[in-house]
Amino acid sequence: MSRSGNIHFVGVGGQGILLASEMTAYALLAAGFDIKKSEVHGMAQRGGSVEAHLRYASDRVYSPLIEPGTVDIQLAFETMEAARYLPYLNQRSKVIVNTQRIMPPAVATGKMQYPENCLEALTAKGIEVIPVDAYAIAKELGNIKTANVVLVGALSSFLPLEGEIFQEVIQTRLPAKVQAVNLKAFAAGRQLTR
Amino acid sequence: MTQQQTAPEKLWLSGNEALALGAHEASVRVASGYPGTPSTEILENVVHHREIYTEWAPNEKVGLEVAIGASFAGVRALATMKHVGLNVAADPLFTASYTGVRGGLVIVVADDPSMYSSQNEQDSRNYAWAAKLPMLEPSDPAEAKEMLKQAYRLSEEFDTPVLLRSCTRVSHVKGVVTAGEIETPALTPGLEKLPAKLVMLPANARSRRVAIAERQRRLSEFAETFSVNRVEEGDGKIGFITAGTSYLYVKEAFPEAAVLKLGMVNPLPEKLIRDFASRVDQLYIVEDLDPFLETQIKALGIACTGKEVIPAIGELSPAVVRRAITGEAAADLFAPVELPPRPPNMCAGCPHRGLFYNLNRLKVYVSGDIGCYTLGFLPPLSAMDTCVCMGASIGMAHGMDKALGEEGRGKVVAVIGDSTFLHTGINGLINSVYNRGCSTVIILDNRITGMTGQQPNPASGTTIGYESAPVIDFPELCRAIGVKHVRTVNPHEIEATYEVLKEEIERPEVSVVITRFPCVLTVEEKKRRKYPFHTVVDNCTGCTMCLRLGCPAINWQPLTPAEAKAMGKKEKQRGYSLINEDMCIGCGQCIGLCKFDAISEGGEQG
Repeated sequence: MSRSGNIHFVGVGGQGILLASEMTAYALLAAGFDIKKSEVHGMAQRGGSVEAHLRYASDRVYSPLIEPGTVDIQLAFETMEAARYLPYLNQRSKVIVNTQRIMPPAVATGKMQYPENCLEALTAKGIEVIPVDAYAIAKELGNIKTANVVLVGALSSFLPLEGEIFQEVIQTRLPAKVQAVNLKAFAAGRQLTR
Repeated sequence: MTQQQTAPEKLWLSGNEALALGAHEASVRVASGYPGTPSTEILENVVHHREIYTEWAPNEKVGLEVAIGASFAGVRALATMKHVGLNVAADPLFTASYTGVRGGLVIVVADDPSMYSSQNEQDSRNYAWAAKLPMLEPSDPAEAKEMLKQAYRLSEEFDTPVLLRSCTRVSHVKGVVTAGEIETPALTPGLEKLPAKLVMLPANARSRRVAIAERQRRLSEFAETFSVNRVEEGDGKIGFITAGTSYLYVKEAFPEAAVLKLGMVNPLPEKLIRDFASRVDQLYIVEDLDPFLETQIKALGIACTGKEVIPAIGELSPAVVRRAITGEAAADLFAPVELPPRPPNMCAGCPHRGLFYNLNRLKVYVSGDIGCYTLGFLPPLSAMDTCVCMGASIGMAHGMDKALGEEGRGKVVAVIGDSTFLHTGINGLINSVYNRGCSTVIILDNRITGMTGQQPNPASGTTIGYESAPVIDFPELCRAIGVKHVRTVNPHEIEATYEVLKEEIERPEVSVVITRFPCVLTVEEKKRRKYPFHTVVDNCTGCTMCLRLGCPAINWQPLTPAEAKAMGKKEKQRGYSLINEDMCIGCGQCIGLCKFDAISEGGEQG
């Protein structure tokens, strides 16, 4: 039987979304899946809303784009961004959301308010929402830049993969001096969702 | 002992990384181009293959000319650019079609349907038609690598430059790619005098024009059996002729249908198309953007459906293709939630911000250009009024100045980045001086090509491979052109910059103001220790002056009257500003704007 999945990474430019999606892709590759991943570079990266589509299958993946309504897991790096891509979700989607808030320009300048009930908009549709305070966990580990790896840890529990595969990815793909802290960040995230 | 079979190496690469590997496997020797999303990472990866001489040229025209020269010297050469870059390189392109090549010559052009990072969504296939050149179009990274190698063989066999069309969903898609053999082309590098072929003056060009016609005939014939054009049999009811990423969307949406996948989109295989069309009941042409295949297929008298149902605007997707063909209503999707928009913004500490804050204060009309600073258009800075193409700002400001005469004096400025100025802006400045214009030109010199990801340029002091390089001296360059008034300012110093701008804008002749400070994303700036500023919350009156910078590190914190009172503030104070110290790099723009000592400087101890 073919095993496949659509993972949608969403957040704000500069949050380490591309690295997180790369780690996930390398882990799935090591397990023998075919994968396509689509990213957007350039202007959108300057603090704008960004997304990466990752599609994997035990046979062949054609399109690099996830169709609306077909996301299996959304990994949201920012609370409001979890709600922005609602049309991509369905009732069976899981949403892992970093509870961090990053103010978009209109909110930062006091023109608009940060919406208070973003996650309720998802749970009201019956979508399972798994909040993770990745920023606080990363801060406690002494490196706020590892928040993205905490989130990958949380995501890993829902993928058909052993945790060791991710540890190997961290040990082979990340610079030596940040491996230890990222291994801890991954373990802390995975612990939350197991 | 059992013999171990070594499987070919499986790699995980973006389309751009795959193209770089393809250049290596094709034994390319010279590569040049100009950065442009989504093409930039091709050369950034080619440079890792040390046997290939790789460079950033100041613009795409120069990049292509370098590649043409290398081809004429008998080696395989590569030029890379984004779709709009091909407009700049079109002049050499059209005549290189006449000369043909010596070593293989491939131009990779990356389109951007839906304009994720571009000012238009032109379809580069039209250039293949207009310049009478073959064009290959891969659908994913693995094909991109293989097709680049095929393009070189084609180039040498048919004595022609070859275009390879990528797009955002090939260049920035990652997929599994298999490493291949390194080819050894049968080429003898060296100079050869071939005037009838390489000197395009009218008498020679007329005979080459005939040679092109013959080449096109041979290529059309070759297209019939070229392996990149292939039929995938289906149930015979409906059939698709498609190319590039559209092929993937068709396969996803209609896995059972018959497909003629065209890997070469110019010229087209007429017999193959007629044969395929005759074997399906209903024929659809699915392609991104223009009806390029469709128009030609319809001209053959073949009944088919294309842009009547397939959108010509924006990129396609499996869902768009499926709905267009079946006519079924959109799936029952969750409706989007209304949220504050999150457009891209200049980085915290971006030197451009200080300039645009001042331009907003000065109420001038700003003729803009292409780069990160185009974001100066967005509120609260709202200080860009036009933006057309690379290098246009200076010529356009001059045109406004000449159109309005005295009436327009002191009202128009041009803003242009360092890389954009060297790309094609410099010609505009020469023109303004020569023709006695009066506009003020502001060169935003942040030492790097910012928007595309910090590529070095002739003002940066390094090459694409980070070896040291001569640095262009902008003030001297401007003086040499004939600009008498050239001033350099630090845009973080808001008041000092304001005074200089005011003086120069009023001046009734061309003047140049250089705002010089490195991009926060350059390697050196990233390494520099940061001293974030702090908010002295007790002093903040909520006047919102600092918010006019639109800095992402300054956030408004709304207060209810009760909260304001509890904080010891006036009940009517509706909020206060707070610096996010994780983001602030201590650029200092905000501190001068605060009249209430509510911002304090970060220090060594901070």
